[in-house]
Amino acid sequence: MPHKVSLFVPCFVDQLLPEVAVDTVKVLRRIGYDVQFPEEQTCCGQPAFNTGYWNEARPCAEHFVQVFKHAESVVCPSGSCATMVRIFYADLLASSPLRDEALAIASRTFELSEFLVKVAGITQVGAIFPHAVTYHASCHGLRELHLRDEPLQLLREVAGLKLVEMARSEECCGFGGTFAMKFADISAAMGNSKAESAAATKAEFVTAIDPSCLMHLQGIMGKRQDQARTIHLASILAHDGSTQVRP
Amino acid sequence: MSATPAQRFLQDAAVKSADLVHREIIRRGMESYDAAHLKGRARIKDWEAAREKCQEIKREAINHLDQYLLQFEEKVIARGGHVFWAADGDEACAYVKNLAMRLGVRTVVKSKSMVTEEIHLGSILEKVGIKVWETDFGEYIVQLRDEAPYHIVTPAMHLNRGQIAELFREKVDPGIVSDDPSDLMAAARRKLRQAFFSAEMGISGANFLVADAGVVAISTNEGNGRLCTSVPRVHVVVTGIEKVIPRLEDLAVLWPVLATSGTGQGITTYSTLIGGPRRAAEVDGPEEFHVVLVDNGRSQLLADAEQREVLHCIRCGACLNICPVFRHVGGHTYGTTYPGPIGSVLTPHLAGIKEFKHLSYASSLCGACTSVCPVKIDLHHHLLQNRRNATEAGATKSSERMMFRAWRSAMLHPRIYALGGWSMRKALRIMYGMGLGGTFLDPMREWNRHRAPVPLPSESFRAGWRRDLGAK
Repeated sequence: MPHKVSLFVPCFVDQLLPEVAVDTVKVLRRIGYDVQFPEEQTCCGQPAFNTGYWNEARPCAEHFVQVFKHAESVVCPSGSCATMVRIFYADLLASSPLRDEALAIASRTFELSEFLVKVAGITQVGAIFPHAVTYHASCHGLRELHLRDEPLQLLREVAGLKLVEMARSEECCGFGGTFAMKFADISAAMGNSKAESAAATKAEFVTAIDPSCLMHLQGIMGKRQDQARTIHLASILAHDGSTQVRP
Repeated sequence: MSATPAQRFLQDAAVKSADLVHREIIRRGMESYDAAHLKGRARIKDWEAAREKCQEIKREAINHLDQYLLQFEEKVIARGGHVFWAADGDEACAYVKNLAMRLGVRTVVKSKSMVTEEIHLGSILEKVGIKVWETDFGEYIVQLRDEAPYHIVTPAMHLNRGQIAELFREKVDPGIVSDDPSDLMAAARRKLRQAFFSAEMGISGANFLVADAGVVAISTNEGNGRLCTSVPRVHVVVTGIEKVIPRLEDLAVLWPVLATSGTGQGITTYSTLIGGPRRAAEVDGPEEFHVVLVDNGRSQLLADAEQREVLHCIRCGACLNICPVFRHVGGHTYGTTYPGPIGSVLTPHLAGIKEFKHLSYASSLCGACTSVCPVKIDLHHHLLQNRRNATEAGATKSSERMMFRAWRSAMLHPRIYALGGWSMRKALRIMYGMGLGGTFLDPMREWNRHRAPVPLPSESFRAGWRRDLGAK
């Protein structure tokens, strides 16, 4: 019997970037997991939580806990949304009747690269991606979940992939959730600095473990008419050479 | 109607974040800092252990603030010094002003102190006709420009030497021809020497107040601090109550950690301990010694168990230096005494959550600040708490409140959520198809101002899952 994993698909991935979740399913299935998608899931509550609306975020978090409480492991292709559950539910649900269940879920919730490397113990997932790629270290994955090497370990095992390091790869890209709208000028200036660092590497793709960073960066890079484009780590790992990627 | 701090912040941020000359100056400054900081950290055998030790010391000090401040006061008074407890900036300024007037002070020399900036002491003294000289080189430059410090450690980091040379030709010495830093410093030194030896009062800040020894610890690099505190007849220390530390031996770790975080130095050029006025057998030092302990909102922060540790801050500036927001908008845009992450956390407490909540939102919550803080303040999580406090105080827009209430209702009902997402994508596709993207009708217009539109797939993941992906 293959192990079961429950997929936690961030709301904006579900609605705007479904291929990231599709590719996550492909990778997990390829290495032998039985992937479940609890269809009652919606949003983890992070947008409201980060904007200060904890009273609005709390019922969403409780809903999440109810939906996932029987899951063996929860896997999420976003460092930021995984952080919401793993790190911030403890604060948000501190006096909720679901607190204990929330803490239990939190300890079983993993970002994708974290799950592959630390839980499944796999760095070689059989991916082929013959392109130059530069890696942006998304903040929540890096500084909340302490995932510095895990995504890079996976990338180094991808056949044909040439990893090129950008300057200041650990500096924020400027997305920051509602920050991107409330302080669009600052967010875009930070995004432009990141896009410049990426462009200087001449890589064809910019990858990261957070689709939100990439959605913002793709918007910035699109406006700049940069040659490179963004691709989520899951989409690189899903690539087995059977289809072509537009460089 | 004059703009609110939040409106000014948005305007200034838009200008500064697009100012590529500014960005380049700051980038260069920060790159040399980054290199020095990394090298400095490598000199300390176990940097993480040093941070933990500093955090422990400050936590002990702040948790027993009353006790350590009284111990400090007792020692200072025993040596013939005076200690004044100022509840706010007005009280602190009035004390210093009255003291200066009583002693007939005409000229004051100041070494660098952010607390005096916080309470606007300089301008209050100037109002009663006292000439105030900032003697730290960076502070001197921004004083000549009639500006606030740009950064809490390097007040003039936003200027290149060409700009400083131009300023000096206009304000210091028309004969200055080169923009060689040593020529500029020599010109400043000539002016400031006259000030040091004509001033009747020297004002300094304090990096630490040492409780068991009853001394003030000051870290400087230019020597101006020693002149300010030893040459004039009166020395006044103006400092925040949170600067106290329990023991003299604590400096063994705090001094190098402060210097490393501030500039990458192993220790600052001058590390000075001052305990009172000149004593009978001594040849120099001030005749009078005063310490003004400024509260100005700090006690209220002390009462906040969740954020009390913000008082651990040793004002090293490391969080400003690493902050990508600071790097893009610069120090002046914040419009506060303390810019950068620590300022965004602290200012709502000192100056009001309603007026300054925007600073807690002006962060991507990247956490770089927290990762470098030498006393391990959980800075970016305190920004989240400030945001929560702002919404709970009803300080956010009612339209936003309503939006999040509606959002919550949708998120609790998966079908409504799915339908909402589908309709939003559909509506945006139609709108963009009609060329209405970016207009006032476009809910994503702030996004689209600087970015290509988000993708709008015809099918959500869950729809695809239900169709065939789930069955595979």
